[in-house]
Amino acid sequence: MASKFTRSNSTGWMMAGPAAALMALFIVLPFLFAIGFSFTNQRLISPNPTQFVGLSNYSQLLGMSLLTLEPEKDDAGNVVREADGSATYPALRGYTRNNADYPHLDGMREWFSVTLGDSRTYVLARDVVFMKAVVNTIIFVLIVAPVQGGLALVLALLINQRLRGINFFRAIYFMPVVVSIVVVSLLWRFIYDGQSGLLNNLLGALTFGTFPRIDWLGNPSTALGAIIAMSIWQAVGFHMVIWLSGLQTISPSLYEAAAIEGASKWQTFRYVTWPGLRNTAVLVLIVITMQAFALFSQIDVMTSGGPLDSTQTIVFQAVERGYGKQDISGGSTISVILFVFVLAVSLLQRWLTREKK
Amino acid sequence: MKSLSLLAASLVCASAMSSAAFAQTTLTMWYHGAGNEDESNIINQIISDFNASQSDWVVEIESFPQAAYNDSVVAGALAGNLPDILDVDGPVMPNWAWSGYMQPLQIDETKIANYLPGTKGVWNGELYSIGLWDAAISLVTRQSYLDELGLRVPTLEQPWTGEEFMDALAKAKASGKFDYALDLGTAWTGEWYPYAFSPFLQSFGGDIVDRATYTTAEGVLNGDAAVEFGNWWQGLFTEGYAQATQDPADRDNGFNSGKYAFSWNGNWAALGTLDAYDDVLFLPAPDFGNGPKIGAASWQFGVSASSEHPEGASAFIEFALQDKYLAEFSNGIGLIPATASAAAMTENYKEGGPLAVFFELSEAQALVRPVTPGYVVAAKVFEKALADIANGADVQDTLDSAVDEIDADIAKNDNYGF
Repeated sequence: MASKFTRSNSTGWMMAGPAAALMALFIVLPFLFAIGFSFTNQRLISPNPTQFVGLSNYSQLLGMSLLTLEPEKDDAGNVVREADGSATYPALRGYTRNNADYPHLDGMREWFSVTLGDSRTYVLARDVVFMKAVVNTIIFVLIVAPVQGGLALVLALLINQRLRGINFFRAIYFMPVVVSIVVVSLLWRFIYDGQSGLLNNLLGALTFGTFPRIDWLGNPSTALGAIIAMSIWQAVGFHMVIWLSGLQTISPSLYEAAAIEGASKWQTFRYVTWPGLRNTAVLVLIVITMQAFALFSQIDVMTSGGPLDSTQTIVFQAVERGYGKQDISGGSTISVILFVFVLAVSLLQRWLTREKK
Repeated sequence: MKSLSLLAASLVCASAMSSAAFAQTTLTMWYHGAGNEDESNIINQIISDFNASQSDWVVEIESFPQAAYNDSVVAGALAGNLPDILDVDGPVMPNWAWSGYMQPLQIDETKIANYLPGTKGVWNGELYSIGLWDAAISLVTRQSYLDELGLRVPTLEQPWTGEEFMDALAKAKASGKFDYALDLGTAWTGEWYPYAFSPFLQSFGGDIVDRATYTTAEGVLNGDAAVEFGNWWQGLFTEGYAQATQDPADRDNGFNSGKYAFSWNGNWAALGTLDAYDDVLFLPAPDFGNGPKIGAASWQFGVSASSEHPEGASAFIEFALQDKYLAEFSNGIGLIPATASAAAMTENYKEGGPLAVFFELSEAQALVRPVTPGYVVAAKVFEKALADIANGADVQDTLDSAVDEIDADIAKNDNYGF
């Protein structure tokens, strides 16, 4: 089976060669190393020899368990209640620390709990921080992918017109993409500042001082939202340009035909523009998803994962462990899990957006 | 003038090199102080003095910005590419020594007999690094504030107790004159947390790891004393005495512009405060039951394990251990000189000098951070635990999980050789 790869295309290989070799050296090889390290106890620096530890890095990260506790009862058998009527439960610490009856729970922590009737079920995780990082990353992807993609399309439609000075707007919208994300993150840290930040001042001025000052990045309930908003703003221009290129490949004759048929603006968009953007939409969606999963710089500069783990993300944890805490095996394990995760999501997206025959 | 002296220095260098070009061996050196002109001038002066003083060795320096320095050394070590002489932050030294980057110094012990204890980097019973200076922290306030709030002035002999300290914060808050009673410096993330705040924990009777064995944190970081410390720490924020997240600008000049009644800050910031007010007091740390404590150990010099000329590297370090250089560093960038005799030669730390109190604080209260290779990881875990508790996390749970993480790291490293 002489495929296209082996047949008389030495010129092609010579042209692709340098790039392919560099990619193999700096992307494929380190990734293979990461897979290998994730089964060892490799440290960044250590005089101790590296040992094979099997799947223990994975079980350490992903280990989960359930524990159902009955409320505490007094001698008469009645449930002990707090002043507000809620039942009290024995401290989890008694089960998860040095309790010989529950060896499988040793070192686990509460991730969240569900109360059914009077008994409460705790979902325990061996690595709660990583679980929170996974959830935060998924929330980030689920919000950023549609909102950033949609906003970019709106901007692309707006600037895809023949108006005087339209290039000015194109440049404005594209500007944040050109600026380093680290610089943008630093600037937004000032904007979000709890006391004298631009956002607080703006909201205060608009509401004549009635809006309370919020420490956007220092409050667990607003920190992730603040980073999502800033991230959408930063990269929207990039996807706007991709949409724009898609828009400009749609033949003007289609629009003329639609106009002759008397199509409304919405009908034109629905039946001419949108079908013409199909492939662009798939590209934008997949690119945004992959970029969103790699969320790191904003976190590193703006919050370092805090407050209370509300902005932990998968990649931030991988770097924090691998380099910050010198645990290369732990960081590698996270990278491998992320790879499997992103691969699965991308394949799913490919399947959902496939050409239906 | 400056360029003239630079020219003179390089001429001296050049002539020294040409006169003994055959016998001389080059020693390379890395230093963390790039970007600070005063600091660079002093270290360059020491090097040119050393090069001129003998004909065996020539030291060549390469400076790195502090933020990138540790990473550079780690990367250099991984690549087998370290210089002969390097400088190292005190608490990090055991990690580098254990990892095999550094070798013990070959210097005359009598030369450092009178050095402040925090300046000596001892690991496994051997001296690996030595500092020309130390750093210290004090509770900064003004005499007029204490008078107004009706508080006694604590002394080294009789520092405030924990209750007196909390009473002072309560009074400062009740006065309504300040945005916050206490400026802890929470804006400074990183090593500041363990350096500045673990002494509070130690004063309560806890610690980051158990210094008896160095193989676990169980019982010291999550025992009763540590929980008491955690509750007190959380109380500082829930009571509104301090901010869990602080604007960096407020850290830099909040106290100097009257926003805080007290500031927990280092000697390096003291000169600015002295400029702002004429009645500044640098008070000792409060005593929470196990004696008042502050952190110790700053940047120190050591010799890399891969150096082919450790005797030359040690000779340079020994040469640098002169009171006049200690005094120059102190005058130039405000550091605490390592000896009393050098302190007497400085503007700020001589007897009666405006910062002399820091020298006494260092002598009386300083406790080095845990001397273990695992400190690098434990410090990060400790920082996160304190930030979480400040933001309202459950104290016992947070300390328990910090203990688990530190213990897991120690176990992963075969107890770091203990």
